[in-house]
Amino acid sequence: MIVANQLSKRYPDGREAIREASFAISAGQMALITGHSGAGKTTLVKLLASIERPSAGSLLVNGQNIAALRRSAIPYLRRNFGLVFQDQKLLGDRNALDNVLLPLQIVGLPRREAIRRARAALDKVGLLSRERAMPIALSGGEQQRLAIARAVVNRPTILLADEPTGNLDAESAGEIRAIFSAFHQVGVTVVVATHDQNWIEHHPHVLRLDHGRLIA
Amino acid sequence: MNAWLSQHRAALASAFRRLWTTPLNTLLSLLVIGIALTLPGFGYVLLDNLRDLGRSASGVQQISLFLQNDASKKDIGDIESRLKQAANAQWRFVPKEEALKRLQTNEGMAEIVASLPRNPLPDAFIIEPANSEPAALEILRQEIAAWPKVAHVQLDSAWVKRFDAFLKLGKLALSMLAGIFAAGLVAVTFNTIRLQVMAQAAEIEVARMIGATDAFIRRPFYYFGALQGAFGGLLAALLVIGALRLLGGPVGDLAALYGGSFGLHSPGAGAILLLTGSGAFLGWLGAQLSVSLSLRKFD
Repeated sequence: MIVANQLSKRYPDGREAIREASFAISAGQMALITGHSGAGKTTLVKLLASIERPSAGSLLVNGQNIAALRRSAIPYLRRNFGLVFQDQKLLGDRNALDNVLLPLQIVGLPRREAIRRARAALDKVGLLSRERAMPIALSGGEQQRLAIARAVVNRPTILLADEPTGNLDAESAGEIRAIFSAFHQVGVTVVVATHDQNWIEHHPHVLRLDHGRLIA
Repeated sequence: MNAWLSQHRAALASAFRRLWTTPLNTLLSLLVIGIALTLPGFGYVLLDNLRDLGRSASGVQQISLFLQNDASKKDIGDIESRLKQAANAQWRFVPKEEALKRLQTNEGMAEIVASLPRNPLPDAFIIEPANSEPAALEILRQEIAAWPKVAHVQLDSAWVKRFDAFLKLGKLALSMLAGIFAAGLVAVTFNTIRLQVMAQAAEIEVARMIGATDAFIRRPFYYFGALQGAFGGLLAALLVIGALRLLGGPVGDLAALYGGSFGLHSPGAGAILLLTGSGAFLGWLGAQLSVSLSLRKFD
């Protein structure tokens, strides 16, 4: 469960990216965040993932107020999230399997078990046969699927994505949407910042931002 | 506990991998660290050898006790009793007759001694204290000089003091040299780790975003610094042993020319461990400083 109350974010340069936003996303729900460029979508995702800290208001994730969290507690909170970025942020010098292994190494899973789980995650996104491929050898859609495999390998309760279909062709974007829907259907809370109209038009739960303000 | 061990194992493996995958950089860094540790290491072993040479040099730690000419056998017995109580030492009594005989054997002395109306030499004790520190020898000398029937106590303290002062100066110079080279080693590791952090900026950024703690990110760099330093220390130990082996023969020949026997001894397992451990500690320190500064930009 995610609950924001009068949530604001002002950057050091004075720009107010989020203004007094209040919303709730239930556990297991799939919510899309949309708005024009610079509306604050990415900032909201960063606030949810505690990559940025709120300037005012409260943000509760599974009952924990992120705004009041100690710095040392943030890494442990982040392990509850699966993060997918528009630019994937894959490690170019590691193959697909090693990219997916990284979150499991962070939590200290024994290597044999970590490899088993990483392969299962790659299988879920249809990339098991490409486990030895380097990211540069993958297509844009495959890279995004690899990023999703890395995001879900730790079995997070919340999957957060920032423009996951932003750089993809229609077919690949459709595959990515289907993967997110599949995770939603098995009970994962999914929050996606997107301006993909094909996705927004058919989705019942959309948070619309306009210059940092939540308008719907 | 399993997770903690697994993370340390992974960090150690990662550090070994980094050393292995950049062999030229690794070799150059090890050479720099090895040479930096070789100089103080060699100096330490050399001073140790000199200290042994000083201890083994005959006469250095001897005290000569000369009795008054009227000292009786009872007085000699008293002195022996006092020596048993006062000094943790070995001693030898030299009667005046024996001393005169020795004097006579010296070239050109036989006629002079024969012309003397009586034996002018006193009875004496030659004492070799277990503790050869100059300060301890001086205290013992003063104590013995105050005993009854003791005419004169001779200690070649000037020689001992000079030698001890030389060793102390050597130790101080060596400590300064070690300090400078230790700072150099820390700086080398600092720079190596800084470059590594820069090269792995993307990985660090991603790792942080997906839940890596500071300890997780820092650990491989610490292991890398410590391993690099430890291998550098080991290389230094090998260089010191090699240099001593090369010098051992000529030093032995030189000692033989002076009628003595002296061999350089190599550092023991303890000294090798100390050198390796020092390298590891300094490498870890360099990594710690570098990581602390370099990771600030990711906060």
